[in-house]
Amino acid sequence: MNTQNFSATQRFVMVLLRILIGWHFLYEGVIKAYNPSWTAKGYLLSASILKPFFAWLASDSLISTINMLNIAGLMAVGISLLMGIKVRWGCVAGILLLAFYYLAHPPFPSLPQGPSEGSYWVVNKNLIEIAALLVIFQFPLTAVFGLENLWMEKNKITAINE
Amino acid sequence: MENDSHFNRWNRRDLLKALGGIPLVGSVWFAGANLAGAAKREKQFLLETLNIKATPPPESGPMSGNPMRIGIIGFGIRGEQLCRALGFGSNSWLKEMQDALKENPKDTRLADFKAQENLNVKLAAICDVFDVRADNFLASFSRDGNKIKRFRTHTEMINSGEVDAVIIATPDHWHAPMAIEALNAGVHVYVEKPMTHNISETYALRDAVTNNPKAVFTVGHQHRQTQSFLTAQDVIRKNILGHVSLVQTNTNRNDDNGAWQYDIHDLASPKTIDWNLFLGNAPKADFNLEHFFRWRKWWAYGSGLSGDLLTHDYDRVNCVLNMGIPRSVTASGGIYTHRDGRNVPDVLQVNMEFPDFSTGGSQQKGKEQGMTFVYSATLGNQFDRGTVLMGHDGSMDLGNRISVYADPRSTKYAELIKEQRIETDVPIYQYDPAVSGTDAITSATAKYFANKGLLWTYRDGKRVDSTFLHLREWLSCIRNGGTPSCSIKEGFEEAISAHMAGLSYKLGRRIDWDTATQKIVSKPGEDLDAVLLGS
Repeated sequence: MNTQNFSATQRFVMVLLRILIGWHFLYEGVIKAYNPSWTAKGYLLSASILKPFFAWLASDSLISTINMLNIAGLMAVGISLLMGIKVRWGCVAGILLLAFYYLAHPPFPSLPQGPSEGSYWVVNKNLIEIAALLVIFQFPLTAVFGLENLWMEKNKITAINE
Repeated sequence: MENDSHFNRWNRRDLLKALGGIPLVGSVWFAGANLAGAAKREKQFLLETLNIKATPPPESGPMSGNPMRIGIIGFGIRGEQLCRALGFGSNSWLKEMQDALKENPKDTRLADFKAQENLNVKLAAICDVFDVRADNFLASFSRDGNKIKRFRTHTEMINSGEVDAVIIATPDHWHAPMAIEALNAGVHVYVEKPMTHNISETYALRDAVTNNPKAVFTVGHQHRQTQSFLTAQDVIRKNILGHVSLVQTNTNRNDDNGAWQYDIHDLASPKTIDWNLFLGNAPKADFNLEHFFRWRKWWAYGSGLSGDLLTHDYDRVNCVLNMGIPRSVTASGGIYTHRDGRNVPDVLQVNMEFPDFSTGGSQQKGKEQGMTFVYSATLGNQFDRGTVLMGHDGSMDLGNRISVYADPRSTKYAELIKEQRIETDVPIYQYDPAVSGTDAITSATAKYFANKGLLWTYRDGKRVDSTFLHLREWLSCIRNGGTPSCSIKEGFEEAISAHMAGLSYKLGRRIDWDTATQKIVSKPGEDLDAVLLGS
């Protein structure tokens, strides 16, 4: 990844974006993990398109696996982005999760929108977070801030940073 | 030892770059775990403080033994529903359900019906004054192995020795005469609500039940099987609401079916309908298709809002509070939406006073006593107003779901509200047996009934027809002994309260109940039954 030409400010805002998204994912995962009565069932059953698919995910045989995968996925993406390990994998997983959330309740005209804190047409916050993860995927900047520094050669780090 | 030299070159800045994520992860994790834990502890604290038991009622007993021989009297709209609850769907209904399933694969009505437990009953006989309905019954259920007999009159059926029990789903004016005859012949009775059509037969039916203890009698208030109502009883038992001073119930329906404008069958004529038998003890009248199919619109055969729908709401609350017959009743209303020749009101407000009743209080002794039960109904609007039990310490919204809210000025919860451990706009307790499922509700009237817990309830998370459970309870009492949850005491209270409301509407004055003589107070020379049944 060629980030040598980034200014210090540019590197700072890119890392900040990664930290904020990681923060968001991790918190969503932890809150669910510590709430034993949380389930994705209601969200899945109220899906406005692809109903049979989401109803299948919400079925009695699958729902506990889905809940577990969702929590584990959210937390893994959060830790990946915050700590700067396997950030590109984290981005892919994060985009997949967000794509599910987006598809279950897409802000398309004529579809019921359900409760939400804003007004959306086609673009909502899930979609924007997907786009932000695409940017992170391009510029993970783990060398600027990330655990991967530990097993990177010091020389290389110095070269990139200077 | 190249590694050593590698690490030796690390400075503080490098470490921050590599390990700076760890405190971030730790902080976010701690914050989330802490918040979730605190919320859980608060919820646990509230649940332990309130200690409401959401336990299902005990299951009724086994259905083993010889098949019970059932006679059906009346195979109209309700008669068909009752047969389905017994496990018998008519040909026309099964076809309708198959078509509905093709239209909407999510329609579970047919699957629910097929999954229903076998009640080990045999349909033995049918009685219906309309040939088309009786023929439909025979065509649907009569088989080579079980030839069903059609009887012209209920008397012949009851005395034939071919039925152990009868289900009465006729117009109101036939309920008591048929039930009394059956009981006196030792035949078990399930009679639809309202239990009776006038005051004198309410006493006569009570006598018949008392004099024939071997015949098991029940009134068709199936919501007594609804799990949420049993949970509501526990809310009252634990005095969560404090002293309840007002109960608000209502009916809001705005469709033809809800206003009793039922379909008139194409094949109905004096040839296919035994008109005189339909009339029974009702005033003589010429053959009239509207009267036959839409009988709920006339006092001669039905009892309008007070008999058809107030009785549901009264009994729903009576099964939670057990408040009995009101000391006095006032009612008013009129025909304001459906001026189509009917003589029962389509807007009705009823106030029932219970000056001696209390659910228990939280303030100094003697300060709190007495309650009003309000029933407010219109057949010209379907805004859902909810059934609410209003106490000094809290309110309970009662339906298939239950929500309990603390009152901002509560004595009992004052400390907790001050400490902000209770928010008064968020339920302190919520009970939703359907939380894991979705329901397909098909019509406005069906939704009206479902919201009141009258259509179905839940057992072990599975949706069950409450009429099925109510019939099962009755059959279990016949087979295994016991008294049904809606027997003569409950039926008597329901009927008298409804008749008092009807009388007050007609006479335009307060109607009192004399607790000493157990009689409705009348003026000298006044024939209350004549008033009630007159147009």
